[in-house]
Amino acid sequence: MSEQIQQIKVTIDDQTIMVDPGTSILSAARQIGGNVVPPAMCFYSSLKGSGGKCRTCLVEVSAGSEKDPRPMPKLVASCSTNVMDGMIVKNKTSDRVIDARKGVVELLLINHPLDCPVCDQAGECSLQDLAFEHGASHSRYEFERREFDQIDIGEYIKLHMTRCILCYRCVYIANQLTDNREHGVLKRGDASEIGTFIENSLDNDFIGNVIDVCPVGALTDKTFRFRSRVWYTKPMDASCSCGKCSGNAVVWMIGDEIARVTARKDKYGEVKEFICNDCRFNKKELSDWKIEGPRQIDRHSVISANHYEKAAPIHTPLLNKA
Amino acid sequence: MENQNIENIQFPKDLLDEVQRITSLFPEGKQKSALIRVLHIAQAHFGYLSAPVMDYVARLLLIQPIEVYEVATFYSMYDTQPVGKVKLEVCRTGPCMIEGAEKLVSYIENKLGIKDGETTEDGIFTLKTVECLGACGYAPMLQAGEKFHEHLTEEKVDVLIEQYRLNPVANYMGQE
Amino acid sequence: MSRKLLLNNVHVEGIHTYDVYRKNGGYAAVEKALKSMTPEEVVEEVKKSGLRGRGGAGFPTGMKWSFIAKPEGVPRHFLCNADESEPGTFKDRYLMEKIPHLLIEGMILSSFALGCEQSYIYIRGEYMYVLRILEKAIAEAYQNGWLGKNIKGSGFNLDLSVSPGAGAYICGEETAMIESLEGKRGNPRMKPPFPAIQGLWQRPTVVNNVETICAVVPIVNEGGEAYAGVGIGRSAGTKLISAGGNINKPGVYEIEMGITVEEFIYGDQYCGGIKNGKKLKACVPGGSSVPILPHYLVCKTAEGTDRLMSYESLAEGGFATGSMLGSGGFIVYDEDQCIVRNTWNFARFYHHESCGQCSPCREGTGWMEKVLHRLEYGHGKIEDIDLLWDIQRKIEGNTICPLGDAAAWPVAAAIRHFREEFEWHVKEPNACMTRNYGLVTEKIFEKVNA
Ligand SMILES: Cc1cc2nc3c(=O)[nH]c(=O)nc-3n(C[C@H](O)[C@H](O)[C@H](O)COP(=O)(O)O)c2cc1C
Ligand code: SF4
Ligand code: SF4
Ligand code: FES
Ligand code: FES
Repeated sequence: MSEQIQQIKVTIDDQTIMVDPGTSILSAARQIGGNVVPPAMCFYSSLKGSGGKCRTCLVEVSAGSEKDPRPMPKLVASCSTNVMDGMIVKNKTSDRVIDARKGVVELLLINHPLDCPVCDQAGECSLQDLAFEHGASHSRYEFERREFDQIDIGEYIKLHMTRCILCYRCVYIANQLTDNREHGVLKRGDASEIGTFIENSLDNDFIGNVIDVCPVGALTDKTFRFRSRVWYTKPMDASCSCGKCSGNAVVWMIGDEIARVTARKDKYGEVKEFICNDCRFNKKELSDWKIEGPRQIDRHSVISANHYEKAAPIHTPLLNKA
Repeated sequence: MENQNIENIQFPKDLLDEVQRITSLFPEGKQKSALIRVLHIAQAHFGYLSAPVMDYVARLLLIQPIEVYEVATFYSMYDTQPVGKVKLEVCRTGPCMIEGAEKLVSYIENKLGIKDGETTEDGIFTLKTVECLGACGYAPMLQAGEKFHEHLTEEKVDVLIEQYRLNPVANYMGQE
Repeated sequence: MSRKLLLNNVHVEGIHTYDVYRKNGGYAAVEKALKSMTPEEVVEEVKKSGLRGRGGAGFPTGMKWSFIAKPEGVPRHFLCNADESEPGTFKDRYLMEKIPHLLIEGMILSSFALGCEQSYIYIRGEYMYVLRILEKAIAEAYQNGWLGKNIKGSGFNLDLSVSPGAGAYICGEETAMIESLEGKRGNPRMKPPFPAIQGLWQRPTVVNNVETICAVVPIVNEGGEAYAGVGIGRSAGTKLISAGGNINKPGVYEIEMGITVEEFIYGDQYCGGIKNGKKLKACVPGGSSVPILPHYLVCKTAEGTDRLMSYESLAEGGFATGSMLGSGGFIVYDEDQCIVRNTWNFARFYHHESCGQCSPCREGTGWMEKVLHRLEYGHGKIEDIDLLWDIQRKIEGNTICPLGDAAAWPVAAAIRHFREEFEWHVKEPNACMTRNYGLVTEKIFEKVNA
């Protein structure tokens, strides 16, 4: 092509890459891959408006650009800051970043229930991973934690608000996939909660995807069978012919039985093809699916190290209650 | 208004006109901008923002109910639970505090026999402590309805409460 | 006597009405601008005046105006920030209540300069009675041809209206204010894009404080250079100060920037000294968000020079020994006031007002409040002081909007200057409770129950 876009240069933790203009620092880091990638709890590539909230992806910009090489005074959210030509970014190599990230993790955990052993998300929880990597060994928070009752929002979905980190992803996805959003963020400050206000069930055909975009175990699948044995499930790529969605999913097996169905996530935990409620909640028989083979897990997950085969080590910092 | 049955929820003509006027202050298709003001009107008229009232407002402005719930629960002036006819909102922030706001609050609590956030049994008064109302130089102060009462003393509070008890119309909307 | 540029006519009987305002020289600036100036010339005068934003950040207004994007065919909006919720600040209410037409005149001038045909005043919901005063004045302005289509035959059109908030300090932050004006929760937006590029309804937007907008009127009347000649250095013009706390004469004062803090606190035409003959203990000179100054840094800088009422002088010494002019909410504390209690009170305020969008502010403000509460009520530990320091450090600079910083600074400054008082609360919980307001309250309780 003659109209080649002029790519620009960015250096992250001493690794340099050329990217298209308009690329965020986070996405440039993901193009490099490996250790330079900042954790992202709220940003989600396919959700418009997401990002900026959790502050786990903060990085230091030690040179703004070739033209204006001054450092940026504050740490910036890499998910919502675009790269400039010649920008130099520090993630893992910045003490300030490590320190700030540790702070963010500590703050995210002060009101978290630390109930990983009974949480469906354990093993694929971004917060658990984050705590494992950045958390302190005990909490300095000595006050009562915020608590909410678990509620059912509709036939299929359970909301465990106590675990929510208010990333707003489930709100954005409902805006994007449905015509009339029925849940949202209520109240404000640390009293904020995800909810429907009046007892309302979310019943759009695609609403089940809120479960997959939730980075923690706040929104869970009520049809998930054998939840007590979450540690033993084995993910398999599977497909079915479905009129509503692509039918490409992951079935989580316990022995020969399907415990639950989710969409396929990439290594940053993001779903590229959302699946419909039918596939997710109603197809629980092996005969519903064509099994393609074991799911390749390449996330740096606490649990993936164990290949989901045996009980996960539960000595994460999350569990050492203060 | 006791009856919060959905069929009974309807603004009278003059308020519908007011909603129309407010909506017309914004460009075509931006009628959601009227929401905050319309909720004030609804609260003044119906007493508080019950779910049916909010659903009604959503229908008036052609938006989803959740968009109304999100807003109504964010802003501290809205009540989504019933309150008394007269809401005494006492400022408790720094400048008022150092001028005796805390003593004033307990004086009112004792006088009315209610705690912060509660409503008297006769349904007349609700006491609520609030953050700085922009009257710090005239502290301590409280707001009742739209009115600011400043430079308060216990004697002034006595008089105020007596007046409102006789004529409990503080949560009005509009001119006195 | 320092000059007055905004409040010169405030005591004229009936100045809130159109007729009296007009008779006293009102709308002359609009007349002048529409007849003999281009919008660019108005912007130029504002630049020359050196006017800086009066809402708290002190950003040069002329420069802010020159950033507004002007894409073909897209309407632009000019917004007045009348959210005024920073504890200690009550000057905007005074201006709007006493001389509503001054704000309207400023709105017309600013909208003309920026080429905006639909402007809004966003006012905090608690000021509903002021909203009604403004609406009445706006109606008068329409009747007299200062608003609407083809104003005074100039070809310039402007519609102006007032829109209320409903109780949220955060809606003073300009992008939260824009969200609120769109009928949403007051969650600040991520920047960039800045409002000058994508603001209200994604259109180019400028937001200014009430006082900033009012100051455009004397600037157009007398010229930018004349305005720049008032005040001191880069602190041009006059500033409204809301004076409160333990002083003899609390209220709103218009000062020429550059008078000494000492004159302001003790001078008879201003605060008139500390109430009840007490001693000055501390001062928060620019609204609750700015660092508190201990008595020895209020009237003098650390260098021993006189501290002046100006952006630069109040900030002299940085956060180590200085503070900020901020919104001009001047709070004075006498010797009886408890710094720990005051810090706890402010922390509770920020906890209450955090929008909850980003994690450091949402979680950190509540934690600080709880630790401060514990310290104040005599259950604190000595490590709590360092813990507080650590929490505020985790919040500051790491949030979406400056509310996080605003919550962190007062805590940091209180510990920096009054660490001993915090320690005293740990070591002598009973002694400090005797001058603790909580105890006073309980005494009343006993009296009433007896
Ligand atoms: C948390 C927060 C609250 C604010 N509150 C107000 C306010 O009540 N009034 C105001 O004019 N500016 C307030 N500001 C500053 C505004 O964001 C903005 O800078 C100002 O309105 C710009 O006007 P100016 O340049 O004329 O000062 C606030 C800022 C923050 C971060
Ligand atoms: S429920 Fe999950 S997806 Fe929704 S805001 Fe909370 S953490 Fe995010
Ligand atoms: S800093 Fe606080 S107020 Fe500002 S966006 Fe974050 S949570 Fe909201
Ligand atoms: S991922 Fe960037 S702030 Fe959450
Ligand atoms: S502190 Fe009470 S009105 Fe400002």
